[in-house]
Amino acid sequence: MAYAAGVDVGSTQTKAIIIDGRAAIVGRSLIDTGANVVVAAEHAYVAALRDGGVPEEEIGYVVGTGYGRYRVTFGHTQITEISCHGRGAVHMFPGTRTVVDMGGQDTKAIRVSPTGEILDFCMNDKCAAGTGRFLGAVATALEIPLSDLGIMALRSEKPVKISTTCTVFAESEVLSWLGRGKKVEDILLGVHNSMISRSIGLMRRVGIEQEVTFTGGVTRNIGMVQGLNTALGFEVNVSDDSHFMGALGAALFARDHICASRVPAAHTEARR
Amino acid sequence: MSLTAGIDVGSTYTKAVLLDGEERIVGCGVLKTGFKLAEAALRAYATALADAGAGERDVAYTVATGYGRLQVAFSNVQVTDLTAAARGATLLFPATRTILDVGGQTMKATRIDERAKVRSFRLNDKCAAGTGAFLEKTAHYMGYSTDDIGPLAMMSRSPAAISGVCAVFAESEVINHLSQGTSPSDIMQGAILSLVDRSIQLMRRVQLAPEYTLVGGILRFESMGRLLRERLGTAANVPAPDLVQMIGALGAARLGRQRLRQIAGGPVAPITALPNPRETTVTETTLPQETALPLDKHFFRR
Repeated sequence: MAYAAGVDVGSTQTKAIIIDGRAAIVGRSLIDTGANVVVAAEHAYVAALRDGGVPEEEIGYVVGTGYGRYRVTFGHTQITEISCHGRGAVHMFPGTRTVVDMGGQDTKAIRVSPTGEILDFCMNDKCAAGTGRFLGAVATALEIPLSDLGIMALRSEKPVKISTTCTVFAESEVLSWLGRGKKVEDILLGVHNSMISRSIGLMRRVGIEQEVTFTGGVTRNIGMVQGLNTALGFEVNVSDDSHFMGALGAALFARDHICASRVPAAHTEARR
Repeated sequence: MSLTAGIDVGSTYTKAVLLDGEERIVGCGVLKTGFKLAEAALRAYATALADAGAGERDVAYTVATGYGRLQVAFSNVQVTDLTAAARGATLLFPATRTILDVGGQTMKATRIDERAKVRSFRLNDKCAAGTGAFLEKTAHYMGYSTDDIGPLAMMSRSPAAISGVCAVFAESEVINHLSQGTSPSDIMQGAILSLVDRSIQLMRRVQLAPEYTLVGGILRFESMGRLLRERLGTAANVPAPDLVQMIGALGAARLGRQRLRQIAGGPVAPITALPNPRETTVTETTLPQETALPLDKHFFRR
């Protein structure tokens, strides 16, 4: 059977996944989206094909998702990232009932049925607070690589309380804590705690039902994973491929199409 | 010489005003607040004293206001920004009933009665999109400094559409506009327009009534006042550019004068200079409304 591909064009990074006929991941790629969304989608797709050693002509169907899904010019159809994250999460962790997706510019809480259908969702995409951008801004203000934030935060024993919501104001609050002689790790844990409480608030709106699967780029931050575990009182599902969950979901929908020669109508969006 | 001093420690600038017995301004001081609030207050005060050619012993009473008012160790009393702005605005424009104050990190709309008492107010101090920080960020994304905001906006011919939803996400919006060839001045003016629209929304929530007085550091930008008048469809008072930022400090100094009269056994009026506990409680409870995140499903489709 032919291979299926999913391309998730996020606001910050573009992800592509290739799966085989048994739905096993054979190729993946991750690149920065940048200004040219069309090019980013193509590059990610080509890189994933190369990673899997799969020739383009063996791809039976391509589904685009993410905010730039309509720019996936080679995609056969587009499906929202909400549906794709739900589908990917239930596929990877079949016990999933709640998905929390933290990306570069938005955070979503999704409640799914045992079959991966979307029952309810809630998102924050009009404010940078509680999104990956918040961590990015703090990393820039403190001049620390984004990838080190989580590990550094976990060293803290006395986190500060970040009182501001807005990312812009938080930047100055972070600097004022530094000016008052607080340790960087204590400030960082405070920042993580503020993001965690926002995401839990978002999850409560759809209802937190176990198991919870954590997806999106912020899953690479160990501080956020452990913080969520502590705040929820149980462990969230997370894997090395959590960042690719949207692309995986898209690839699974593509595989459905190959199997049934059509994507379930409920999940398809009309091309604009 | 018996003077009163008003010190307004704002999030971005600290302002000091000295008033004489006839409520005339005799000295002013303005400087960036920075992270050391107590120091900023002292320095602004010293600048105003030097401006007036006066010494500390000439000042009989000092009132502090603004978000850093509790850090002003040398003040006799502290009042909220709203009370101070009300007193300052009515000194210049006695018929003021609605005040809009747009500062570096806050936006406030206040409705007052004929005795300059605060009747209703709304704040936005949790989201940079409704404050001067939004303009500052927009300027920085384009490689301009804060000082360039006014001159840039003046050159605009057809302002760009800027959503003004989040000061962080504005960066991508600005980049998009620039890549489509929109001029920085039109982008800047678009950002000011989005701030104007937010201001009017906030004013509507306090059931705005004329006369309107527009104050705060952001009103130093000529287009802010002009566009606000246009969108309100009516006249609005704007203090002179060198004074528009000083209204809180001016009001604080005026309250100091009133307090002195009371102490001297003059005409007994209620002590309005003291922080009004009701005002403080309402601040806490009204905030979420203004800052609630748009977690609405309508935003799902882009």
